[in-house]
Amino acid sequence: MRLNFTVNGRATAVDDVWEGESLLYVLRERAGLPGAKNACEQGECGSCTVYLDGSPVCACLVAAGQAEGREVRTVEGLGGPGRLDPLQEAFVECGAVQCGFCTPGLLVQAHDLLERVTHPSDAEIREALAGNLCRCTGYEKILDAVRLAAERKAAAR
Amino acid sequence: MEFLRPQTWAEALAAKAELPGAVPIQGGTDVMVEINFDVRRPPALLDLTRVAELARWSAEPDGRLRVGAGVPYARVISELADRLPGLAQAARTVGSPQIRNRGTVGGNLGAASPAGDSHPPLLACGAVIEVESAARGVRAVPAEEFYLGVKRNALEPDELIKAFVTPVAGGPQYFSKVGTRNAMVIAVCSFCVALHPAERRAGTGIGSAAPVPLRALAAEEFLAAELDWAGTAPLAPALLTRFGELVGAAAAPIDDVRGTAAYRRHALSVLARRTLTWAWNDHRKAAERCA
Ligand SMILES: Cc1cc2nc3c(=O)[nH]c(=O)nc-3n(C[C@H](O)[C@H](O)[C@H](O)COP(=O)(O)OP(=O)(O)OC[C@H]3O[C@@H](n4cnc5c(N)ncnc54)[C@H](O)[C@@H]3O)c2cc1C
Ligand code: FES
Ligand code: FES
Repeated sequence: MRLNFTVNGRATAVDDVWEGESLLYVLRERAGLPGAKNACEQGECGSCTVYLDGSPVCACLVAAGQAEGREVRTVEGLGGPGRLDPLQEAFVECGAVQCGFCTPGLLVQAHDLLERVTHPSDAEIREALAGNLCRCTGYEKILDAVRLAAERKAAAR
Repeated sequence: MEFLRPQTWAEALAAKAELPGAVPIQGGTDVMVEINFDVRRPPALLDLTRVAELARWSAEPDGRLRVGAGVPYARVISELADRLPGLAQAARTVGSPQIRNRGTVGGNLGAASPAGDSHPPLLACGAVIEVESAARGVRAVPAEEFYLGVKRNALEPDELIKAFVTPVAGGPQYFSKVGTRNAMVIAVCSFCVALHPAERRAGTGIGSAAPVPLRALAAEEFLAAELDWAGTAPLAPALLTRFGELVGAAAAPIDDVRGTAAYRRHALSVLARRTLTWAWNDHRKAAERCA
């Protein structure tokens, strides 16, 4: 089937989509957006997190056809052209990225938190990121990065 | 495989009647796992996320709430926590934020896992599940008659779940769940108690400790007889102990990777005592304020 949706602000059409395929597969294999990662395909790891109509979801659990006419925003769409989002900069500066496999999902999920909450507590950050697994960092530097980005975003307001 | 995309409830019912093998999909948090892992290759997916009435909730003329099958957990938490506190507490324990943004109570009912977190609060509140088919119209199935076996529910092949209808909380409600972590856990066992002071009784729901979610009926009868609704005294330790025993005895747990049957019974007794204590303390505070 053909799928029409908006990705990172661009109207996109992809063909030959299998009806049981996930949105994650469409993004990575058909739309040239390999940012969202495929690790578990069962909602456990969060590395495939993308915005769907403004809410972060596991793209591996969205049937491609459910995205018809909807708006998707991936990690590729967080910054502007040639420019990182302040959250992405904070991840780089804090050393929150090791192998990087979990990073795209964490960025989208933490981005949503910072859109909703200006000064998140540590408990709120942990709660928001409870569905994103990282095998490398031990999470401390990720928490540092989210705190730093929150401070900078608040200061810029 | 076909992908069916009804825009209205009538279209959805017609599609299900025509192709009873079509698998409904809402949040996809159960369905897509099965498809991704090739557990299931249905002839069609019936996407219900475009049917607007499923995503709405409203008050009935008799004061009860009707909550569409497609309302996700995130909205149960943000919009219904004051009216359905037990269900909202249960919703907070489901998966992760991403899962709660997509997963729905209707999908939990469709999956009918004994470990589903919606079930104990629906049972404790006295919820009724509304199901519908194009041929026979609406059926209202009380929650305790909806769960038939492990992952089996009362739906006929041509029926879809439309909503659940439940009284608004008339007293304190508490849900509690045992798991290895605070997030992303299937319940080892779970329990919900809902006080209904106007009726001088309490409702209960047990999860993940029998082939189906169930009420602890003997424990409910015990509370109806023993609780001093007019008084503001704390609960007697003997009453709590007995309540815990009756809840543990109502379960029919098994040994599995998540826990043994004996552990589940014990843990249920603990959850029952704790949640009843919290609920009764709230009730006493409310009664003192009124006095
Ligand atoms: C990582 C992860 C963590 C999870 N954690 C929990 C947890 O902590 N607690 C818990 O209870 N569950 C948990 N689940 C399971 C799942 O999220 C829930 O069962 C959820 O409520 C399913 O809702 P859904 O809308 O996503 O259902 P879907 O996957 O869309 O559907 C589930 C089932 O219901 C049927 N169905 C859906 N809508 C209808 C309808 N209107 N009429 C008839 N049938 C229908 C479908 O055909 C399917 O059989 C978890 C799942 C994942 C992937
Ligand atoms: S790949 Fe989607 S949650 Fe792991
Ligand atoms: S940086 Fe490797 S998994 Fe997180």
